[in-house]
Amino acid sequence: MSSVATVHHEDVHGSHDSHHEHHHHETFISKYIFSQDHKMIAKQFLVTGIIWAIIGGLFSVIFRLQLGYPEATFPWLEDLLGHWAAGGKLKPEFYYALVTMHGTILVFFVLTAGLSGTFANFLIPLQVGARDMASPMLNMLSYWFFFLSSIIMFSSLFVQTGPASGGWTIYPPLSALGEASSGAKIGMDLWLVSMAMFIVSALLGGLNYITTILNMRTKGMSMTRLPLTVWALFFTAVLGVLSFPVLLSGAILLLFDRNLGTSFFLSDIVVAGKILPNEGGSAILFQHLFWFLGHPEVYIILLPAMGMSSEIISINSRKPIFGYMAMVGSIFAIAILAFLVWAHHMFVTGLNPFLGSVFVLLTLLIAVPSAIKVFNWLTTLWKANIRFTPGMLFAIGFVSLFISGGLTGIFLGNSALDLHLHDTYFVVAHFHIVMGVASMFGMFAGVYHWFPKMFGRFMNNTLAYIHFWVTLIGAYLIFWPMHYQGLAGMPRRYYDFSGWSSFNMFNGLNEFISFVAMIVFAAQFLFVYNFFYSMYKGRKVTDLNPWGANTLEWTTPLNPGHGNWPGEIPEVYRGAYDYAKDGKEFIPQTTPVGDDESKGH
Amino acid sequence: MKEFLMIALGVLVFVVIFQIAKASEYVSVLKGEAKTRKQNNKINAFFLLGFLVFGLIGVWYCNELYYGKTLFPQGSASVEGEEIDRMLLITIAITGFVFVITQALLFWFSFKYQEQDNRKALYFAHSNKLELIWTIVPAITMMVLVVFGLKAWFKITGDAPKDSIVVEVTGHQFAWEFRYPGADKVLGKKNYKLTTAKNNLGVDFDDPASHDDIHVNTTMHIPVGVPVKMVIHSQDVIHDVGLPHFRLKMDAVPGIPTTQWFTPKITTADMKKKTGNPDFTYEISCDQLCGANHFAMRGVIIVETMEEYKKWLAEQTSEYSTLFPAKVPTQNVADSAKLVTQVLPQKK
Repeated sequence: MSSVATVHHEDVHGSHDSHHEHHHHETFISKYIFSQDHKMIAKQFLVTGIIWAIIGGLFSVIFRLQLGYPEATFPWLEDLLGHWAAGGKLKPEFYYALVTMHGTILVFFVLTAGLSGTFANFLIPLQVGARDMASPMLNMLSYWFFFLSSIIMFSSLFVQTGPASGGWTIYPPLSALGEASSGAKIGMDLWLVSMAMFIVSALLGGLNYITTILNMRTKGMSMTRLPLTVWALFFTAVLGVLSFPVLLSGAILLLFDRNLGTSFFLSDIVVAGKILPNEGGSAILFQHLFWFLGHPEVYIILLPAMGMSSEIISINSRKPIFGYMAMVGSIFAIAILAFLVWAHHMFVTGLNPFLGSVFVLLTLLIAVPSAIKVFNWLTTLWKANIRFTPGMLFAIGFVSLFISGGLTGIFLGNSALDLHLHDTYFVVAHFHIVMGVASMFGMFAGVYHWFPKMFGRFMNNTLAYIHFWVTLIGAYLIFWPMHYQGLAGMPRRYYDFSGWSSFNMFNGLNEFISFVAMIVFAAQFLFVYNFFYSMYKGRKVTDLNPWGANTLEWTTPLNPGHGNWPGEIPEVYRGAYDYAKDGKEFIPQTTPVGDDESKGH
Repeated sequence: MKEFLMIALGVLVFVVIFQIAKASEYVSVLKGEAKTRKQNNKINAFFLLGFLVFGLIGVWYCNELYYGKTLFPQGSASVEGEEIDRMLLITIAITGFVFVITQALLFWFSFKYQEQDNRKALYFAHSNKLELIWTIVPAITMMVLVVFGLKAWFKITGDAPKDSIVVEVTGHQFAWEFRYPGADKVLGKKNYKLTTAKNNLGVDFDDPASHDDIHVNTTMHIPVGVPVKMVIHSQDVIHDVGLPHFRLKMDAVPGIPTTQWFTPKITTADMKKKTGNPDFTYEISCDQLCGANHFAMRGVIIVETMEEYKKWLAEQTSEYSTLFPAKVPTQNVADSAKLVTQVLPQKK
């Protein structure tokens, strides 16, 4: 790679190989902004996701201040939030707005767009051996619709009546009636429009991922030779494509109810002394529409983390992932079941008990593929030779959190127990551990692991190790005790517990949790700093395949250009997990099967 | 000033960490990357083992600290809730066992099989036998939990016993209101369009069944040992009647009445003795986000003996007589109150 012909100054960080290949002129705008290169789009998703994660995390710190120190005032809050924190004390309405935006941002903007947007874009073409996505143009639009959605959601933070405040689940009538809460005024319309744009983005991306995986695999890359990351991202995309439109329909009907006087979700309502004319709608209908996306959404968030953890655990154990076909099968089973369990969020809505019992059965069935995955990961570690790279540590942390949070799902999926635990802190603990923190761990694992491929440099290990340990210990310290609050019946989404004789005994614990949450939030800046610093100043990658991995992305040159491989696309001869086979440490997928090789899967 | 110092301190800590991190990179270059990597590997493997040990101790310690603050030491305040507590214990036992085993294996394997020069990873790609075991065992365990769980579920969500006391519960931003059917044991019809400032539940007073209905705010009285059936309404947004001590909850949905029933088994007075807390109160928490004052939407249930309950009921006047005193001869109210005490179930 000669650096003689630096034609365009913006090419300094890039490779010239693609340049020689394609001979199209890349300007700053076409390379970094309206890029159609899947790798650049992935980085755009990642950086936008990081910015959103900081905002969403900051919101949680602010509302944890209220929960941990309900008596205290923080004058700087008034400087930051104006009349929403007059006198340095958060107003309840804005507390709920923060809770709502925290959920919305983390679930959709960080863990859907930031996680699967980043890694589906980055890894699918590289790991299946394609030069780019099936439609680079749609892929670019996917990012820009996400960006538009982000701008609209961000702008809703600044409207006078405040952003949406009815919870990220936006149940009507609370979200439908401006009279019921100030967050249900213009902020709610912006939320819905933003979400509609987001869904367009998710669909454009998802269709592209599915098409690319089905049609653009390189020669020899049969479906059963795909790395588990690609399988996971494939089912993630399928889930998104089939379920996001249902939320879109719900969002549009809700917009109609709000602005055009329809009654899809409204009936028999007297609000603020006003008798509304709406009759015949069902507020519960919205919950069905919402959770038909909402539940698969949990797996949209979780599956990519599972796929990446599988890959990273296998590579760093120097062992094949145990039970490849069972891993694929369990992802498939989870994806199917994800569509059949949505009403377990609705056990206490007055759901027909028989219908409820069917959802109990199907919900607890998910424990079976989940158990298969956990035991397969454990068996992968058994008799391995483990290297604790930061990516590997986060992958192990992911498994630990997935176990902890998955087991509490068995409580909540059982409708009889849900009668007691529904909408308590037990639920908060459950979903933060299994979906929130676990998926963040998957995302961190992915970033640490693929950073060398993304930017041609390593991240700083010491910072990464500190980041890992503070985050893992902190996550357990924050969320483990919340189970006890839930068992005491403490409801979630309460601004203040001091007026309750049943729930006011946890003041000390609330303060402790808030304190740890601030430390963990601060520790995330170690990652942010490490990420941006290492992008420019990190230790350079010299070995094309620094982790000794089998998959195709490590056969590309350092800093691959648009098109990924300068010459021919590599041909694949074997599955992705031939580690420790026949005494060899690893055998890349591009190595032909030798005559004397023992038969693998 | 204090905030400024805190921020300065935080920044200082970060700068120190960054400098250490940077220095460690130079050190690794000096020492040789392979050596540093091995050292890091050992340290992290050791930390993982430590995390397991201290984590399990932490789990035990957390239980010591907070078990006493959950609702279990005082037991369920309703007969139906006992089933839920039992179910919870079974689930805790099973998941607790799995939790300890899997976490122990995860961190122990991580420690035990850390990279060593003389070790080679075992090529072990799959085993149908093992995979069959961890498909079938969880499947059977889940079926057991489903069977126990649904038994309790169907019992609790089944029809309320015929002799239940009926109370209508209405939620609105941000309070609870209750209506008792009076002597005729029939709640008068409602029509939300009739809602006015005075008739705030929208009761249709043309329906004679409404004339003896009693309407109270915030505090609900029920007798111990008798099933109570709540008919739950909402006037504006979705609320939820949360009864943590009775282990139940049910949404209040505008336009779609829901029901839930339970049999309280400990009076408020007895609970005060049992918990040693003279201020003990059965509270109704709103468990579905309903707006800015959601956190303050509090109701109170007073569980009392049948005699106390009858006495309380007899002291109440019907909403009809309060709203239209001219239409009702005072005598009637007293009569109907007497009637109530007669038709109520006599079982203790």
